[in-house]
Amino acid sequence: MSSRTFVGMPPFPVAAREALSDAQLRRNLARATGTIRAKRAAVVAEVGDWEALRARAAEVKDDTLAHLDEHLVTLEESLTERGARVHWARDAGEACDVVAAIARDHGIDEVVKVKSMATQEIGLNEALAANGVAAWETDLAELIVQLGDDLPSHILVPAIHRNRAEIRDIFRRRMAGAGRPAPDDLSDDPAELAAAARQHLREKFLSARMAVSGANFAVAETGTLVVVESEGNGRMCLTLPEVLVSVVGIEKVVPTWSDLDVFLQVLPRSSTGERMNPYTSTWSGVTPGDGPQEVHVVLLDNGRTRALADELGRKALRCIRCSACLNVCPVYERVGGHAYGSVYPGPIGAILNPLLTGPGEDAATDALPYASTLCGACADVCPVNIPIPDILVDLRSQVVDAHRGDRVPKPEAVAMRATGWAFGDARRLTWGERAAGLAGRLIGGRSMPGGRTALSWLPGPGSRWTGARDLPAPPAESFRDWWRREGRDEEDEG
Amino acid sequence: MRVAVMATCLGDALFPEAPRATVRLLRRLGVTVDVPEAQTCCGQPMVNTGYLDEAVPAVRRYVEAFDGYDAVVVPSGSCAGSVRHQHAVVARRAGDSALLDAVSHTGSHTFELSEFIVDVLRVTDVGASFPHRVTYHPTCHSLRMLRVGDRPRRLLESVRGIDLVELPEAQECCGFGGTFAMKNPDVSVAMGADKVRHVRETGAEVLVAGDASCLMHIGGMLSRQRAGVRTMHLAEVLASTADDPAAVTG
Repeated sequence: MSSRTFVGMPPFPVAAREALSDAQLRRNLARATGTIRAKRAAVVAEVGDWEALRARAAEVKDDTLAHLDEHLVTLEESLTERGARVHWARDAGEACDVVAAIARDHGIDEVVKVKSMATQEIGLNEALAANGVAAWETDLAELIVQLGDDLPSHILVPAIHRNRAEIRDIFRRRMAGAGRPAPDDLSDDPAELAAAARQHLREKFLSARMAVSGANFAVAETGTLVVVESEGNGRMCLTLPEVLVSVVGIEKVVPTWSDLDVFLQVLPRSSTGERMNPYTSTWSGVTPGDGPQEVHVVLLDNGRTRALADELGRKALRCIRCSACLNVCPVYERVGGHAYGSVYPGPIGAILNPLLTGPGEDAATDALPYASTLCGACADVCPVNIPIPDILVDLRSQVVDAHRGDRVPKPEAVAMRATGWAFGDARRLTWGERAAGLAGRLIGGRSMPGGRTALSWLPGPGSRWTGARDLPAPPAESFRDWWRREGRDEEDEG
Repeated sequence: MRVAVMATCLGDALFPEAPRATVRLLRRLGVTVDVPEAQTCCGQPMVNTGYLDEAVPAVRRYVEAFDGYDAVVVPSGSCAGSVRHQHAVVARRAGDSALLDAVSHTGSHTFELSEFIVDVLRVTDVGASFPHRVTYHPTCHSLRMLRVGDRPRRLLESVRGIDLVELPEAQECCGFGGTFAMKNPDVSVAMGADKVRHVRETGAEVLVAGDASCLMHIGGMLSRQRAGVRTMHLAEVLASTADDPAAVTG
């Protein structure tokens, strides 16, 4: 199966090291994630039954996923009844081919796009470009990323790594090449930047004959797609063009409108930290004489059935792409989204990419489950209760298992085998402790606060610790030895 | 009540002061303490790195060593969390239903130190004395895996003479993360640097936490920076009394 990670990106530890050296990036990220975190915490705290909402949201998703085959068929029937054409796509290639063929059939060389993770995931813009079709992103942050010839670094705020001065520079340099240019005297005032984007995009909305969207939800009973957004660009795309194509992951289906209810409550609070999002657009097939008169829906698998087969990992398919886990993740905050090498960064990306792709396929995907300290902050904020740390640990075991047949085992595997063996018997462990203690005391060093001797340099892999951290030399007496010598008998005195 | 102390592998080999203080503290509170010598490690280093088969011997050793005790007290949120949440995963992997039953039993009898004192002994004032400026880092697994909440804080607030100051951004991870510290050392250190900055902002003499592993990471950075702040395990502070005070300098 093909990888979802960006081609040519180094694995996480290397990419993260590069990102850490970008002081501007770290400032932008710390400020932006800190702001969203605080907003989210405030609007979640005012909901009395937040935990009940989370449990309900998780339950709806689990029940739906357990009978996904039936709900998808219902969705297809409802959509078809209402004049939409449904296409099934096994993978990214099939989905892109469907969209490109629709554009070709209508002689269209320009489409406007609603912000969509599914189309990012399948690399639709690049595929359309290869077919001579220009795809214009109309979400402000996606526009910034596209004009900057950049990659998204956040699910909800793809240009979170950019500050407003950088955005002004991108608009000034790049807007002219894509359509209406930015004003010559454009400043970095947010209102001015937004006005420039609005002028630029309005021409696209009015001229494009075809739009491409994703969907946040697909209601099976009525064949209704739902897009939740903040800027109104989505509604422009969904109503103005003649042809509308929506690429929808198969896990986006919810059976009924009443099942949708809970998600419209938890999503805005978890994502933008708002009680309600400004625009919620819903459409069910074709409405004669109103809006797009040709509506297509591409139902996308692209690894989702693979994830669904994973007993624990299938819970990741509950994800509603709110980004709360990114905003609260201390690792994401330090390194940003690009280090994860995928359109799905952060904690959810660290589980979703490996689940969609499978372990042992490529080094970059295999590194993702290890891009976490397992601190658990992500699981605490997840509005659909995805046990991200548990899934991370499970995926690590899948990565290890995928490499158990390697002809030359990794040094780590050898070390783990030896450690596991030592931990199987206290006597073996005692020998190991005594040997390490002797070696540690031989290296020696200055004194740490508290009196222990500091090891400030260790050879080989140990240098990964001592590069920036001292390690206390092993003590003269282990706890076990103390217990034997006097600890056991101290009780009589006490 | 038959109570055993689990030293943890790190406490046994590198930070014996933590399990030693745990033994002394529990005895002072009237508990008869045993330390089964067959114990080794909870197996978390292997589990969290993905080596489930390699964790099986440690998990077997744990249930054998601590079988028959009414309570196992662990001076580590992380290790107690691993026993309660991960041993079943390892037992299922081993395909051993007897082991699965055994880990369910030992898991339900395993307590992190502050849980045991507050919930089982029903004590918050342990009679400790520690006249120093202290800040407390709540470790991730004690907070978000075990949900110990404010138990450690309540224990510290009752210590005589203590000047307990709030650690800014206290609930944010220190960046240790087990083998994360070795696999992603740059990110680990970047997170640790922010934790250390906040610790230094408090002006505390001593940083206290309930996990020797996190303290090894934060303390290692404090030491490298010559910050003059020392790290101590929660058990050491709670074991310190006016008659037998814990030494802070030395």
